[in-house]
Amino acid sequence: MDLALTDIVFYVFAATTLASGMLVISARNPVHSVLWLILAFFSAAGLFVLLGAEFLAMLLVVVYVGAVAVLFLFVVMMLDINFTELRQGMMQHMPLGVLIGLILLIELATLAFTWNFGDDVAKNAASPGPIDASVTNTEALGVLLYTDYIFIFQTAGLILLVAMIGAIVLTHRERPGVRRQNIGKQVRRRPEDAFELVDVETGEGVTLPTKKG
Amino acid sequence: MIVGLGHYLTVAAILFVFGVFGIFLNRKNVIIILMSVELMLLAVNINLVAFSTFQGDMAGQVLAMFVLTVAAAEAAIGLAILVVYFRSRGSIAVEDINQMKG
Repeated sequence: MDLALTDIVFYVFAATTLASGMLVISARNPVHSVLWLILAFFSAAGLFVLLGAEFLAMLLVVVYVGAVAVLFLFVVMMLDINFTELRQGMMQHMPLGVLIGLILLIELATLAFTWNFGDDVAKNAASPGPIDASVTNTEALGVLLYTDYIFIFQTAGLILLVAMIGAIVLTHRERPGVRRQNIGKQVRRRPEDAFELVDVETGEGVTLPTKKG
Repeated sequence: MIVGLGHYLTVAAILFVFGVFGIFLNRKNVIIILMSVELMLLAVNINLVAFSTFQGDMAGQVLAMFVLTVAAAEAAIGLAILVVYFRSRGSIAVEDINQMKG
């Protein structure tokens, strides 16, 4: 049995993905869980590169490692949570979890090893991949995304916009007693409101008018 | 043994099962549950990209991109809800979320 270099690389990345996936759910400290999640996404990006989907691999690194994992890390560290309390009774759900996991794995395995592609499946591709080897993955994906899938692409953008507005609206809170700059009030201000000229009689002095507003 | 479609599907299947297992193992901790959901979505993405490559059909990669989009949006909203919930209750234990009795 001789292994090509890509095969060895596949086994390394696959093993790393699975090991860090296991550690995500079993790590004692949630901060460690997030770090293992980052490793899992990195090695999955390696698998994507092996599959020839370079653009998605880079997207995975940028979006997941750069945004989602940092978001998780931020929330885990910001919230003051007693994690040991949350871990109590963890083992009591273990048998059910193992049972359902095993059933699911057996189902997936029976599926994976008993089917074949149909004869005409190659002809029925929705968007045949680049025939020409000189077309890069990114270019092929871009050509598809901005032509056939343009409306779905726009919808994806809309989903992200809704998610962004939703997250801001959910977490925004109006705190009382905070002094903010009110630009409208500043612009409305006129010289006659701000000061007045008083003729001071000699030897009399001035009683200051009480400030309004 | 040459690495083929089956190898990638096996990795994705095991990763998906880890995600399901994580939800059962950490029933109380919403943050880990959200991470488990991310793992499951990653497994789905590996499946999509593997089929896309071995079938020579780019549509799988396009769909994987949209799955990535939705996963990012879901993580953002889920964590926002988590922060709001923590502010009002001072805890993130899932078992306390039963006020609506749904």
